[in-house]
Amino acid sequence: MSLDKATVARIARLARIEVPEEALAPMARELDTILTFVEQLGQVNTDGVAPMTSVTPMRLRMREDRVSDGGDAARVLSNAPEAQDGFFVVPKVVE
Amino acid sequence: MKVEIEKLTIASARAGLRAREFSATELTEAAIAVMEAARPLNAMITETPERARAMAAESDRRLTRGEAGPLEGIPIAIKDLFCTDGVQTTAGSRILKGFIPPYESTVSANLWRAGAVMLGKANLDEFAMGSSNETSHFGRVENPWRRADGKPLVPGGSSGGSAAAVAAGFCLGATGTDTGGSIRQPASFTGIVGIKPTYGRCSRWGIVAFASSLDQAGPMTRTVRDAAIMLGAMASVDEKDSTSVDRPVPDYEAAMTGDVRGLRIGIPKEYRVDGMPAEIEALWRQGIDWLRSAGAEIVDVSLPHTGYALPAYYIVAPAEASSNLARYDGVRFGLRVPGNSLPDMYAKTRGEGFGAEVRRRILIGTYVLSAGYYDAYYVKAQQVRTLILRDFERAWERVDAILTPTAPSAAFGIGEKSDDPISMYLNDVFTVPVNLAGLPGISVPAGLSREGLPLGLQLIGRAFDEETLFRVGGVLEEAAGFSARPQTWWKG
Amino acid sequence: MTSNLMRGETGEWEVVIGMEVHAQVTSRSKLFSGAATDFGAEPNSQVSLVDAAFPGMLPVINRECVRQAVKTGLGLKAQINRRSVFDRKNYFYADLPAGYQISQYLQPIVGHGKLTIDLPDGSSREIGITRLHLEQDAGKSLHDQHPSATFVDLNRAGVALMEIVSEPDMRSAEEAAAYLSKLRTILRYLGTCDGNMEEGSMRADVNVSVRRPGEKLGTRCEIKNVNSVRFVRQAIEYEARRQIDLIEGGGKVEQETRLFDTGRGVTRSMRSKEEAHDYRYFPDPDLLPLELSENFIEEIRRELPELPDEKKSRLVNELGLSAYDAGVLVADKESADFYEVVARGRDAKLAANWVTGDFFGALNRSGKGIAEFPVTAAKLGGLLDLIANGTVSNRLAKDIFEIMVETGKEAAAVVEEKGLKQVTDTGAISAAIDQVLAANADKVNEYRSGKDKLFGFFVGQVMRAMGGKANPAALNELLKKMLAGN
Repeated sequence: MSLDKATVARIARLARIEVPEEALAPMARELDTILTFVEQLGQVNTDGVAPMTSVTPMRLRMREDRVSDGGDAARVLSNAPEAQDGFFVVPKVVE
Repeated sequence: MKVEIEKLTIASARAGLRAREFSATELTEAAIAVMEAARPLNAMITETPERARAMAAESDRRLTRGEAGPLEGIPIAIKDLFCTDGVQTTAGSRILKGFIPPYESTVSANLWRAGAVMLGKANLDEFAMGSSNETSHFGRVENPWRRADGKPLVPGGSSGGSAAAVAAGFCLGATGTDTGGSIRQPASFTGIVGIKPTYGRCSRWGIVAFASSLDQAGPMTRTVRDAAIMLGAMASVDEKDSTSVDRPVPDYEAAMTGDVRGLRIGIPKEYRVDGMPAEIEALWRQGIDWLRSAGAEIVDVSLPHTGYALPAYYIVAPAEASSNLARYDGVRFGLRVPGNSLPDMYAKTRGEGFGAEVRRRILIGTYVLSAGYYDAYYVKAQQVRTLILRDFERAWERVDAILTPTAPSAAFGIGEKSDDPISMYLNDVFTVPVNLAGLPGISVPAGLSREGLPLGLQLIGRAFDEETLFRVGGVLEEAAGFSARPQTWWKG
Repeated sequence: MTSNLMRGETGEWEVVIGMEVHAQVTSRSKLFSGAATDFGAEPNSQVSLVDAAFPGMLPVINRECVRQAVKTGLGLKAQINRRSVFDRKNYFYADLPAGYQISQYLQPIVGHGKLTIDLPDGSSREIGITRLHLEQDAGKSLHDQHPSATFVDLNRAGVALMEIVSEPDMRSAEEAAAYLSKLRTILRYLGTCDGNMEEGSMRADVNVSVRRPGEKLGTRCEIKNVNSVRFVRQAIEYEARRQIDLIEGGGKVEQETRLFDTGRGVTRSMRSKEEAHDYRYFPDPDLLPLELSENFIEEIRRELPELPDEKKSRLVNELGLSAYDAGVLVADKESADFYEVVARGRDAKLAANWVTGDFFGALNRSGKGIAEFPVTAAKLGGLLDLIANGTVSNRLAKDIFEIMVETGKEAAAVVEEKGLKQVTDTGAISAAIDQVLAANADKVNEYRSGKDKLFGFFVGQVMRAMGGKANPAALNELLKKMLAGN
């Protein structure tokens, strides 16, 4: 298969990464090389093989329902590029 | 007294500190001096000499009181992927420049509890994505080793700063993380020991995630014994990490009996890849001879799906990364590049904040997870992972550990492979299957290439059988008698 | 059953409705972090670094949330899946810190179940439950705090939600409203969700399509985030009519997401969703599959409370209540609990009459909830006891009840203070009867010559003479005797 510019643009949009128009074609070639490489997997017969969900056979541990965290808005906001009145601030979202 | 830290190991420094031959403060001052002299290597993103001095002073007090921890007073570097409370943590990325975590990763907290002293945060490939440490926003790291031609070489990656720091001699150990070979390959390239423990042995809590099902922290040290000591301090059962395995941490150092008689060592035929340099092949054969002479039984094994490990890895790792790195969006921490709307702000922040390799992997990961491609790529890759794990499980019926080369070459020149992602990815051909199967793997320096560069051999073990790796690794190390050191050209 | 079909210009239409309800799980802390879940806290004050998706933070699941989901599944007579998987649903939004929501996609914790809805005409219908899964709530974006910025509060981010998906089994706005009410009732009985729709503890996404009876399903529209039973009814009525008019006018229904404008009572397209989503679901590698032991499930099954349907049938079959009264009582857990306290050890039917009659009447007029209402179940029970032991008549009890509503006093205290105690002393009653008979000799004669109907007149006269306090049974008995001339 081969990736076209439009596909790269769509993927970049999904990933929220700006890719300038002139970079789309080179990026398509790069990604295509990698995809061609990984498509070797098509040669492997995986009929009836369960996809791996965890490398170690163990059961998901559950924690008790206790309030043990939070209660410190300043800590949560300490690295924010923009904050006001205890809120994170982002460009206006139009709904 | 003047301490020559370059000549010490964790074990010998521990003995020296306890015998009061020198103090933790003296050892740390020596480390700081060598670290500052080694700045041309660019191994560190952030140096923390003041914190180191304060920690060393604490260590001296505990040493005096006889309360020394297993790593008391030992200066180490922390890969800048581990979040450190109050100290900038960047993951080698512009997008996290200036990020000050208000928390400490479990692994580094364990190390401080054991008495270790933090020298600073080591450079790495951006978000640990790379095999040459050329993708860091804070500049590439140079390998302390050089060929006769003097051309600068890469230290390997992604834990290249950690590897260079240990090899250059200013710290006795460093933390690394290994997603596809990021501890073992740079260890091999710089003549040091590096172990990736079993998935779930070290907590991932507080480590910037690259690919969650593959990432695992481990120590990088000068000797196998040091790795055993340091892993013992790093490993723990952590209720904050759902994938941390509930098993007590054994005494790894005690496992180093020096006796491998009767152990069965597997040699997988699929690791004889096309185009592997003869000197790698020869070193591997040498390693086999050493272990056979030490009384181990050598057994040919087959791991038939080895050739599909890299393609599977380059689906699974980017897929997980594309999701893990979605949180870098300019809202709660790190870089924000203004935009005229929220989506525009996201796209600009992430477009400018991530470097080329990270962008490439996020896009690949986004693509393989997207509607219509998920089954063909992601599910297929996870099925292949199951087959790779089964290969190993079948081998464990016949052998106790597996011996392979660590990397298909010695350290290469800076810039040599940066234009060709696939040839760069091929560096990890021997290490990636181990991550996909969640197994432990150790790289031990075993010899020098024709050009005088270090080469490592890898031992792979059963899940949670790091003890056998330390045992066999110790014997291999002893037999190899690797004592070469890089020329300290950076001192000018 | 009445027909649900809607009439259009060109004939009749059937409305097909399915619903996805997001119900906040009742728990102290969040699904994957230890931050609190209380409503109305200061912005970002209930946020852990896990909720804010700081680098290296990892989710650890809350056992209580898993228990609550299983409990809800059992309450919906659903299959509990011993193995379920948490997936990441990837998309970018200001109030979604990680850039993905942890949810369950292909393998939810609860599979097929069912729920019986009770319709106003007294009939019932079974609605299929497709699945129930656990997921994280998102934070909150405030768009009205600043002219050019959106403010983000992550207090809700990571709070556990159950998404409960129904089959497209409903055929009218009435049925959909009944479904949502009944689901809320069940969740409240179970204690797995407080059902508080004003605070957003329950929200419904409603899928509506129309078709000619017997034909295949039409194109559906999804109305997002409807937050009351009344709005669900209004939104469906509007949307079904809109689709019928559209098709009859030669148009075509586009599959889309719509919003219900509560002010104008209309649904409108969410035009800001400019592109199709591609959520790139995959199993969350930070979590393992959730595996439940049979013991874990059985333990929860043993703790299940009596649910409304079972309670209703018990009230009808064992206590002899009418289906209507029983239905009214069980519709709300608090009412049912109130009733059961009142009825314990007392005449169940009398208790039902009082609770559904005077009590609900007064409660509604007061605008208060049962918990704040001055007449508690114990106090109402006290009043019923006075009726039962003949201290007060049923009629007098109604006056006493009104005083209790105003003062919050015990029935016995009101009786004491106002001297309302019923007179059972035959001497006093006989004396009063004597007076009445003497004053109405002509009527006595008429009665004795066969005009039985006058009996009520005499009862009324005696009662009035005694200020209503005469024990009715004793009065009747004595009066009969004395009129008979004994």
